[in-house]
Order: sequence, then structure tokens, then C-alpha cells
Amino acid sequence: MTLGLLGGGGGDNGGSSGATPNESSVSNAKVLGQECSSSYKGEAELELGLGLSLGGGGGGKAKPSSAWDRVSTVGGSVSGTKRAADSVSHEAGSPTAGSQVVGWPPIRAYRMNSLINQAKAQRAEEDKSGGDKNNPDDVSVTKTGAVNKTEKNHLGFVKVNMDGVRIGRKVDLNSHSSYENLAQTLEDMFFMPAKSTGCEKEPGMKLSKLLDETSEFVLTYEDKEGDWMLVGDVPWRMFLSSVRRLRIMRTSEANGLAPRYQEKNERLRIKPI
Amino acid sequence: MQRMALSFPEEVLEHVFSFIRSERDRNVISLVCKSWYEIERWCRWRVFIGNCYAVSPMMVIKRFPEVRSISLKGKPHFADFNLVPEGWGGFVCPWIGAIAKAYPWLEEIRLKRMVITDESLELIARSFKNFKVLVLSSCEGFSTDGLAAIAANCRNLRELDLRESEVDDRNGHWLSHFPDSYTSLVSLNISCLGSEVSLSALERLIGRCPNLQTLRLNRAVPLDRLANLLARTPQLIEFGTGAYSSEIRPEVFSKLSGALSGCKQLRSLSGFWDVLPSYLPAIYPICSRLTSLNLSYATIQSLDLIKLVSQCHNLQRLWVLDYIEDAGLDALAVSCKDLRELRVFPSDPFALEPNVTLTEHGLVSVSEGCPKLQSVLYFCRQMSNAALITIARNRPNMTRFRLCIIEPRTPDYLTLQPLDAGFGAVVEYCKDLRRLSLSGLLTDRVFEYIGTYGKKLEMLSVAFAGDSDLGLHHILSGCDNLRKLEIRDCPFGDKALLANAAKLETMRSLWMSSCLVSYGACKLLGHKMPRLNVEVIDERGPPDSRPESCPVEKLYIYRTIAGPRLDMPDFVWTMEDDSEFRIS
Repeated sequence: MTLGLLGGGGGDNGGSSGATPNESSVSNAKVLGQECSSSYKGEAELELGLGLSLGGGGGGKAKPSSAWDRVSTVGGSVSGTKRAADSVSHEAGSPTAGSQVVGWPPIRAYRMNSLINQAKAQRAEEDKSGGDKNNPDDVSVTKTGAVNKTEKNHLGFVKVNMDGVRIGRKVDLNSHSSYENLAQTLEDMFFMPAKSTGCEKEPGMKLSKLLDETSEFVLTYEDKEGDWMLVGDVPWRMFLSSVRRLRIMRTSEANGLAPRYQEKNERLRIKPI
Repeated sequence: MQRMALSFPEEVLEHVFSFIRSERDRNVISLVCKSWYEIERWCRWRVFIGNCYAVSPMMVIKRFPEVRSISLKGKPHFADFNLVPEGWGGFVCPWIGAIAKAYPWLEEIRLKRMVITDESLELIARSFKNFKVLVLSSCEGFSTDGLAAIAANCRNLRELDLRESEVDDRNGHWLSHFPDSYTSLVSLNISCLGSEVSLSALERLIGRCPNLQTLRLNRAVPLDRLANLLARTPQLIEFGTGAYSSEIRPEVFSKLSGALSGCKQLRSLSGFWDVLPSYLPAIYPICSRLTSLNLSYATIQSLDLIKLVSQCHNLQRLWVLDYIEDAGLDALAVSCKDLRELRVFPSDPFALEPNVTLTEHGLVSVSEGCPKLQSVLYFCRQMSNAALITIARNRPNMTRFRLCIIEPRTPDYLTLQPLDAGFGAVVEYCKDLRRLSLSGLLTDRVFEYIGTYGKKLEMLSVAFAGDSDLGLHHILSGCDNLRKLEIRDCPFGDKALLANAAKLETMRSLWMSSCLVSYGACKLLGHKMPRLNVEVIDERGPPDSRPESCPVEKLYIYRTIAGPRLDMPDFVWTMEDDSEFRIS
């Protein structure tokens, strides 16, 4: 089984569709046509040779003509290959491009998470105190501080693994507002067919609703105590504060987990993985 | 030459070499002649390995038998921005296993972007009796249990620095594992941890360590406990707060202010999460002493920031959010004449419209007002060639210049032209420029400038730029001192790469993602260049299953004398030297 093309596997900006990250690559349509006829200084000026045949020194000026032909052929065919199905799509022009490109702007994850966590804390505090931070009766600041204490600094991105899939992913929980939202993202990540690249086709897996009891896979999570639970049983906020990582498990393996609507105190727990 | 070298007794040469500290100089010495190589290798204490896959542990141990300090870097820089998939590599375990046996007197381990497990931490704690320094920068794979082992066993530990690491933070008990007899702490940085540590254990710890110079707390440490902590460590030089907010209580404020003032050596402040502006004046009394201020988590507005920085006349380094705005940077330019380094981070990077008035004006101001400014990291939403040219002319002493215009391919907002001329001016005027990050709308022309003028450039980061292979060719053929090149989303393909293959052996590494380099070219490169590892990262499945002309997703090329690595995950393929196809 191979995964869909979703760009840098290490992270996901939580975009709801997950559709565009890969189209960010080489969306500059004019390049594909112009590669061999750059209007900027003819390539005749460029003494390209297969520098491999030189022992040392940079640049490489040896030009065995057959090798050069081979290189330029490769280059030519590359320029003709379309990476994205619709190479004319310029995501760069769209105002939301910045938020959908993986790893851009180049800000480290812990810094992003910290900003997000602080923004949430401030909003929570403002909600409580009506915007007046200096209210002496308002203990929401410290209370918010306490909430933040239980949040891990990397709460934003948690790891997600799926049975049968070697490559783990990360999903930004902060950018999701509900279980439905999260399930949709995960389905896009793990079940969507690959974006057609012109290079190969992917058989798509049938879409399975992760929150649906009857589907082939279920969504589970490991909580702070190291126990694995079914996702969806507790209020979303409570889930956020206790989740450590996620796992998409085959339903057949989830036998030890309680049926979805059982009482919380009767909930069975399966062994940590 | 050999006769002259041998006429000095070895001990004399060794003594002379001991004054040579820098790795590069040491490397040069070792190349003079065989006997110098031999003498040098026996007295090399400090080894820096910029790419953990460039060499194997056994090779290092064989050559340098007396190492006391080792630094290793793992993942490529772009891993910081989630471009390197989980499980890519950078596993330090084999290194720790080897050095645990070979260097029983090892004192220092510094890792950056590596994966380290609790088992490795436990092995470190058990193996090195004189262990002093552990720095884990942007590392992951370990938990607070591993830290507990370090705390409990390393009697001579001086430095424990977890900067920006991703720690499986089970709880804060690990800190209590430092025994009561332990007093040698000099530097502690736990700012990346989420859990509360026991504050009384922390107070007792720092109270019994008279040499403590650096203390960077985590967000969970409340403001009202800071005064007690600081009172126990008046010799502190660098301090990082926790959450900088509390109920407004006058005694908390005055105690804090007094405690800060009591630290006469205090020069550096950081932390400042959740800042309540009313508590900022607590640091006013010490502002004039500060040389380094990290407010990059502080969501305080421009006016408060201005009041603060205007008092920091000796400031050399400022990290701040773009809430400072142009007005704040004007104030900085007036008040902080000693400023060397400025980093301005975006408060809301994904906002469609600017949420603050931070433009190119602020940076121009600082470049005019701060004659020692040499290192800049600046996130903004608009830039012009005119501004960049002015900045370059103002600050020819610039050595690191990283500009991130948030929207990719943004042109000069005044002329709508590419920013080639602006960045061209930067490389032309700043002759000592070592590090450069580009952004905005850029054509191949900017790379021509960089290749022509960027002779001292060592690290270049490129994104969403260029028109053709000519761009990459200019860089590779022109930048004589280039060590690290990282490129994403640029239309660079096979030609320039293959034509400059030999150049790649003179560099530490090259990263290219979302470019146009074909699988066929990667194979060719790997085939022809045995001293390079050409690694293709592709999550679509084996590159063999696609036509050779198909571009690879990501490419990481680095020079190595250790051959292909053996710890690759399923989505990484090394292009073999001898065989055409890798059997997976």
C-alpha cells in the first residue's frame, strides 16, 4: 500500500483538505515550457558538460558530446513532465497559499505551537474576564496558566500511525475544532488516492469513516496515562488535554476496546502498544 | 619540511597544537605532513561532526583516541519545518554505543537534530564518570525518564541544555533525581518542557549550586515563585522566566523587581510566555545591563516594547515578535547602538492581511542606526529593492542575512519587479556574508549575482525562486565557499546538478525538494560519485516504479566516507555506486 501525495510527511498544517501541499511544488507553469529556451541569456553561454568526468575542481568543463546529449535529453524530458495534474494552477497567487504550503513560512513547530497555545490562552482569558486583564477577582490568568501546564509544548502536532503503514504522520490538533474535523483530515491523509502526477497512478482505498463503528478501521488514541482509548468518547476539549498520540487501528484488532457508547467507568482498556 | 617537523620533539609540537582550538585549524594542521597528522590526532580533544552520516563512529574512534568532547548534527535543516518525514534518520544510538566503550573519559556530548532514546541517555549516565555537558538541541525520541538517569548519575554534570527538543514529558519528577550531594550545575535549560517540575526541588537544587550561571525555566514555573528562585542564585548571568503573568499583587511585583535587581551579573533574559504588561516594569531596573533579550514569545504590543527596549542601551541581541512594528524598530535604532543581532518573528504568519505595521522601514531604520548589526532574521510582508539596497549599503559588515517575505514570490511592492537587484546588492556590498536566505519574487538573475559576489557564502536557503537550471548553475559554480545549500520549490533540474557534480564533494550537503531533478539523474550522480550519498526521499513508493524522467519528491546529497547508510526507512533510497538498480 502506498500513501497519497501529501508533501512533507513530517508535518501537516492542518489544512482541511490536505489537497494543495504538493501542488505547491513547481506550480510555476512557465518554467516547464521554458526550461530550454530561457529568455535570460541563452544557454549557449553556459558551458555545461558532464562535470563528472573531471577529477577535481568545481564547475566541470569537460564536454564529451555524447554524455552532454544524454544529459540534455534527460533534462528535456523532465521539462516536459508535468508534476501536478493541472500545472497551470498557481497556488502562489491565492491569498491562502501561505497557510497551505508545507513548511512555509519557515517557522519551527515549537514556536508555532507556542504562539497558538498562547493565543488560545488569551482568548480563554478574555472570554472569562470580558477582556479586562486587571480584574483582581479574575483568577483566569493563573487558571489559564494551569491549563497550559498540562498541555505539552508540542500539543499542536501529535503523531498518527496507521496499522499496516510504515510511515507515520503528524497532525496539528490545534487547527481542528471537532472530532469530525479531525477524522476528515486523517481520512484525507491516509485514505485519499495519490494526486495524479502524470508519473504513476494510485489505486485509492475505499473511504472509511473513522468514527463509524461499522468501518474497517477505528481511530484510537493514547492518553497521558499510557492507555489506549477509542476516540470520540469524551468532550473534544478533554480529549485535547489528554491525547498523546493517535493510531488508526483495524477494527478487528480493537476488540479489547469498549463499544463506543459504553459508560466511561466501565470502559475497558487495552494494553499500551 | 619533514626534517624540520621531526626536529621538534613531539611533546613540544603537542604543546603548540594545544593552543589551536578551532576545528578547521586543527584539520589544516593535520594535513601538513604525516608526523603532524599523527601528533595532532593523539591530542585532539574536541570533534565536531556536522553530518553524522559523513563518517562512521569507528572511523572517528580509530583516528582520534583521546576525544573528550563530541558534537554531532543529524537531520537536514529543513527538518525544522516539517519537510523531512518522521523516521528519516539521525539516530545517535550507534554513536553512543561506540563511544561509551571507546571514550570512558568523555565529558561533553552536543547533539543537534538527532534522535536519542532513553536507553542512550541511560548508557551515557552509566558510561562516562566525568561527564559534564549534555546539550540536546532540537532533538527528539527521549523522555523525562532518560533525564532522570542523567540527573541521578552524572555527579560532575555542569550543563544540561534541552533547547527546543521534543521531549516525551511524563512528569516533572526527574529533576528531583539530582542527589543532595550534587552541586556542580552551571547551566540548566528546560524551557522546552511542558510539565511542572517540583519547585521546592528546583529551589534546593539551585540553592546548592554556587556556580550556576544560566537558568532557563519552562512555562510551567509561575511568576510568583521567581523571586525565591532568583534570591538563591544572585550570581546568575542568563535567566529565562516561565509564564510571565500572575494575579496583580503588589508584593509579587516588588519582590520580583528586587530579586532581579539583586542579580548584578544578569545580562540575558528570555521566556516571557503569557506576558502581562503590568509586570514588565519589574525588569526596567536591569535593562541597562542587558546584552541579550529574547521576547519572541512575548505577545506585547509596540508601545510596551518601545518602553522596554529604549532602556536597553547595551543590548546586543534582540529576538522579538513583529508586534514591535516599525515604530519599535525606530526606537531600537535610536537606543541600542551596540545591537549585533536582530530577529523579528511573525505573530500571525497565516493571516491574510498584515496584523501589524511591520514593513521594510523597520529594518532599514535599524540598519541605519545600528552600526554593528551583522545578523538579521526578518519576517515581513512587503519589501522593495530600494530598501534592500539601502540596507546593504548601510551594513557592509553583515554576515548573516535571512529575509522571509511571508507570501511566496512577492515582488517589490513599489515597482512590482523581482527582488533580484535588492538581494544582488546584499551579496555585492556585504563581502563577508556567510549565510543568506532568500524570498520574494526572484529570477535566475539573482543567482548570477550570488555566484558572482557571494564568495564567502557558506549557507544558502532558496525557496520558490528562479526560472531555470541556470540559477542553480550560478550558485554551484560561483560560490567558492558554499557548504550547505537547501532548495525547495524551484525549477532546478538535472543539468546544473550533473554539470557541477564535483562541486558537491566540496560541500557538506545539498537539499532539494519539490524541484525538477529526475530519478535518472539521481541514479547517474550516485553511480558516478562514490563519495557522495545521493538519497532520494519519496513517499509515493519506490522510484523504480515510475519513469526515470519523473522528478523525485526530495533529494538529499551529502559527502561521506562512510558509504551508504544502513538505517534508512522505507521511503529513502540511496543511489548505489555500482549497481544500476537498487533491490528493495
